[in-house]
Amino acid sequence: MGAVSAVFKREFMGYFQTPLAYVFIVIFLMITGIFTFFIGRFFERGQADLLPFFNFHPWLYLFLVPALSMRLWAEERKTGTLELLLTLPLSLKDAVIGKFLAAWVFTGIALALTFPVWISVNYLGDPDNGVILASYIGSWLMAGGYMAIGSCLSAATNNQVIAFILTVLVCFLFVVTGFPIVMDWANAIFPEPIVDAIAELSFLSHFREISKGVLDLRDIFYFLAMIVSWMLATAIVIDMKKA
Amino acid sequence: MIEVDQLTKTFGQFVAVNKLSFNVQPGEVLGFLGPNGAGKSTTMKMISGFLKPTSGSVTICGHNIAHEPIEVKKILGYLPEGAPLYREMLVRDFLKFITNVRQIDASESKRAIEKVVEMLALGSVINRPVDTLSKGFSRRVGLAQAILHDPKVLILDEPTDGLDPNQKHQVRELIRNLSEEKMVIVSTHILEEVSAVCSRAMIVSEGEIKIDGSPQDLEAQSKYHGAVNLKLTTSFGKEAFQNLGAASHVESLDNEGKHYMIFPEGDGDSLLAKVHQLVAEKDLKVDSLFVEKGRLEEVFRSVTIGGNKDTGHSNAA
Repeated sequence: MGAVSAVFKREFMGYFQTPLAYVFIVIFLMITGIFTFFIGRFFERGQADLLPFFNFHPWLYLFLVPALSMRLWAEERKTGTLELLLTLPLSLKDAVIGKFLAAWVFTGIALALTFPVWISVNYLGDPDNGVILASYIGSWLMAGGYMAIGSCLSAATNNQVIAFILTVLVCFLFVVTGFPIVMDWANAIFPEPIVDAIAELSFLSHFREISKGVLDLRDIFYFLAMIVSWMLATAIVIDMKKA
Repeated sequence: MIEVDQLTKTFGQFVAVNKLSFNVQPGEVLGFLGPNGAGKSTTMKMISGFLKPTSGSVTICGHNIAHEPIEVKKILGYLPEGAPLYREMLVRDFLKFITNVRQIDASESKRAIEKVVEMLALGSVINRPVDTLSKGFSRRVGLAQAILHDPKVLILDEPTDGLDPNQKHQVRELIRNLSEEKMVIVSTHILEEVSAVCSRAMIVSEGEIKIDGSPQDLEAQSKYHGAVNLKLTTSFGKEAFQNLGAASHVESLDNEGKHYMIFPEGDGDSLLAKVHQLVAEKDLKVDSLFVEKGRLEEVFRSVTIGGNKDTGHSNAA
């Protein structure tokens, strides 16, 4: 565990040694604000819940998480520190977990800093705080899914821009498969079990369940499985592409 | 002991390292020489456990790197080519990070960092971000990272590349002082470095060992080994030297008949005495007179020539 925490600490502190952390957090908070209050019409709805806030998270993460994840491995590869890191006495698994956790916890902090929205809604009305808590957990798990995809694709290249674009693309696929339009289209082509399977793979459908306040183990398991498998893929990609 | 056995690495069709086998004993400093693209870095990457060999094995102090990579990495210090560092970190934080990953406890870590900072004279930059450092300092931080845990085995890939002569001298001193008990492998293409720090040298070309021996052995391979270099203040005919019994042939090193390289016949023990005798007999004014030890550059060229100088394959990846 010592090695994981050392990697975690270095990576996490790394965000704050450059303007990256501050820029990211400010942009994240600004955009969540815009989406919630203007586009989501938080006040006009007259309902004491955070649905307009959470509904936009899948789209928000689509661009913001890849912006964080793109540097995870691409930068190590480009600067050569990958060689330094992997010749230290730690396993590849430790390195992958440590770096992922740092990025994931960082998004968690950005997410937690949206607490004024939660305070506002409690001040204005009497929301179901259980649902809000579940939604926060779900949102963070979903961010982890995006991050794990980004980690893997960042390992595949030493170019951060390519890593970013690939990640947005793959994450987009994982979002839109939950959309009714896409599902209708899929229904026309594929037999039902396959359509169901595609729908099951979507971030959107699982996040929607959780943000209704239903913290179903299956949805949690889905996100964790997503994270673990993409991290496994990260390790495999790094191992394959070392030469 | 480092045991490298039949080590091979191929990238597609390209054979970077071809069945390399050698051992390194404690106390030995092995100089790894070769033209660019000869497979030096690839070999070092495999010994340090970064790259997996296509075939063959590396065993360090009884631990096979394929089976016990962590055990090997614990006793190994490695300076990768170009000394990559986390550039946004402070030097102190970077060294701290290395001790953390190596799981050196807090008090020991502090002592270890103080020690390497002193050894490498990093005191003035300890609180500066790595990316503001000069090349010399960056390289030394890279070295500090490699020796922080007092490793038994040290692998240094071009440790003096890009340093000025003073810094080169410092790094060489450091390697010499380190190496009493340790096994050190240093790659370089600076030949003077071999005589300066290595107890043994190996020339690699096209992934194969061409020569393996002490720096003196290498020099002895030179055609200049044992030749007498004679410089006169006035010109004198070449024939007189040619007719010395002990000389095989003579080369003029200038156009004025003042500077000659006289090559010995056989082992050439008596050549110097004969040259002396002639000089005394003819009452020649000598500017300089010495016996060549051999030229490493010439050996290097003769051994590696014909090999592809640049195969276009980057082994820095």
